[in-house]
Amino acid sequence: MKCYLGIDVGSVSTNLVIIDDNSKIISWIYRRTQGQPIKAVQAGISELKELARADIEIKGVGATGSARYLTGVIVGADIVKNEITAHATAATALYPMTRTIIEIGGQDSKIIFLHSSMVVDFAMNTVCAAGTGSFLDHQAARLGIPIEEFGAYALKSQNPAQIAGRCTVFAESDMIHKQQVGCLTEDIVYGLCQSLVRNYLNNLAKGKALEAPVIFQGGVAANLGIKRAFEDALQTEVVVPKYHHVMGAVGSAILAKETTEEGTKPTNFKGFNTSKQKFSTKSFNCSSCENNCEVVKIKQQDKLLACWGGRCGRFEA
Amino acid sequence: MGSLQIMLEDLFRRLEVDYVFPPRSSSQALSLGAAISPELACLPLKITLGNMIQGLRAGADTIVMMGGWGPCRFGYYSQIQKIVLKRAGYKFKMLTVEPPSRGLSHFTSPFKFLAPGISTRALWNIVRRSFQKGRAVDLIEKACLQNHCYVTEKNKLAQLKKQTLYLIDRAESKNEINEALRVGLKTIDSLKTEDKQPVLKIGIVGEFYLLLEPFVNFDIENYLGSKGVYLERSVYMSDWISPSGKNVVGGHRQKEIEKLADPFLSQWVGGEGQVTIGHTISFAKRDFDGVIHLLPFTCMPELIAQSILPAVQRQYDIPILTLVVDEQTGRAGVVTRLEAFIDLLLARKNEMLLRN
Repeated sequence: MKCYLGIDVGSVSTNLVIIDDNSKIISWIYRRTQGQPIKAVQAGISELKELARADIEIKGVGATGSARYLTGVIVGADIVKNEITAHATAATALYPMTRTIIEIGGQDSKIIFLHSSMVVDFAMNTVCAAGTGSFLDHQAARLGIPIEEFGAYALKSQNPAQIAGRCTVFAESDMIHKQQVGCLTEDIVYGLCQSLVRNYLNNLAKGKALEAPVIFQGGVAANLGIKRAFEDALQTEVVVPKYHHVMGAVGSAILAKETTEEGTKPTNFKGFNTSKQKFSTKSFNCSSCENNCEVVKIKQQDKLLACWGGRCGRFEA
Repeated sequence: MGSLQIMLEDLFRRLEVDYVFPPRSSSQALSLGAAISPELACLPLKITLGNMIQGLRAGADTIVMMGGWGPCRFGYYSQIQKIVLKRAGYKFKMLTVEPPSRGLSHFTSPFKFLAPGISTRALWNIVRRSFQKGRAVDLIEKACLQNHCYVTEKNKLAQLKKQTLYLIDRAESKNEINEALRVGLKTIDSLKTEDKQPVLKIGIVGEFYLLLEPFVNFDIENYLGSKGVYLERSVYMSDWISPSGKNVVGGHRQKEIEKLADPFLSQWVGGEGQVTIGHTISFAKRDFDGVIHLLPFTCMPELIAQSILPAVQRQYDIPILTLVVDEQTGRAGVVTRLEAFIDLLLARKNEMLLRN
């Protein structure tokens, strides 16, 4: 069976997805990156091999996420694309009428505006990471609630507490204060969700209208509290796709399918054995000029695969 | 940054002042400056402060800094930097060159201190010559930027730019400068390949320092150029020094740009706030595919522009990408946004071609 592999390596999670000719998801993996993108990709690939049926044949590979170039070199990707295009591709494949995509990941958040399945505008958080997955993880741990139950708590709230969401540090001190005056945990949890949504809309939407249908993707979309807070703020239904947490990988698999023209062009995929290869990275500071670029070399055994980080291009060739 | 170095070196040489120029802006300059700057100060203040520290360490005993007036904090830079540096224990004299519009003596007095006994007329002649040089450098920069996407041999273009700038730097008289400029422009033009067409046309607007200093804008012009994008930049050094004059490099007179911006922002809000709006409209009217807006975090005039740009975007139907930069901004994030913006513009362009 002809299949396409999409890999999304982000700051927090590494996701792999295999789709078939009709862009239907056949198998998927969601695992933590834990600061080691190469290991995470390798582990993901071997896990996927166990999971997938024997008759699949990978005809194209796409890489996305903040470690997309590294991933692309290691697995032999046919296309390396940024997360925004990948997310938009996945959403429009599932919901062609999508007008707004809210995507909240581990350390960044994005908003994508579409019209007739085409991206017309987008924004990513720049100077603030308040309201992303990492912060929610941290706060859930602080309240002693497993992150999986965080949303359920939020749904119980009748009278949400006001929490300052401008800055994660202040949000945290505000939460402690509300605990100390005796607010219910569920009200604090939902208050936090509301403040994060406010922060998101102020930082990213900046007065632009969020038209329906609104699709909510990324790891944080699993959080029912945040979904409810978005619905309250926007006064419209917010759709969370079934595979919301791996949509970036889905998008890059679809892009791989397009790039290889449905598998008619040969793929660069290095095969599932990549998981057994030895890769190493080495970095050094170039001292040829004032830029002092940090240059990184990626090697497979003794073979130099790629080199980047320099500004002038002398190492990249 | 930009043509400033060649222009000022020329000026100091002619004034016979013993000078040192700090090394090019780098992460080292930035970390030196950021370490002692007020945290919410804008990025240019932090870097120029770092440049000053490097200059002082190289043996300078006097700092010459530009001044200014109006709502933009740039006018206060020299005052703040003086206090911060003194507190950090540096010993030096700070000279602030105020714009002549504030009174000619505010402009001339720092130079008269550096070159005692010089007459205002002699000084003015020297300043004019150095300015001519700065403008020549700007014109070369502009030609390189706007021809980048038409040239196949990018290395050759970079080499040629370096050579021409060297020749302009060495030139003495008015005619020598003009000759170096003329030859440079001609050879740059000859590098163009006929059949090469730009994939997209993008205009760059925003805060002056970010536009001019490749280190802080992550060399965005080179990045986009290498993707085959035709670029135009709204502001050059000489436009900034002499905004109303006849010597426009960027392409528009200040008055025309203000008129374009008028329906959205009818007042001068300091810095390039109004100019950003005006140039965005001008790019839209000239059928550019998109506009990139650069601003330092906490920059007041550009924040005003940023809040108005969505209205411009709606009315003129032109995509705008805003990039906010401070010392925490990483190159990877900027590249991700630029890639996505190029994807967006290409998809739009194809869609429009199909529709027509």
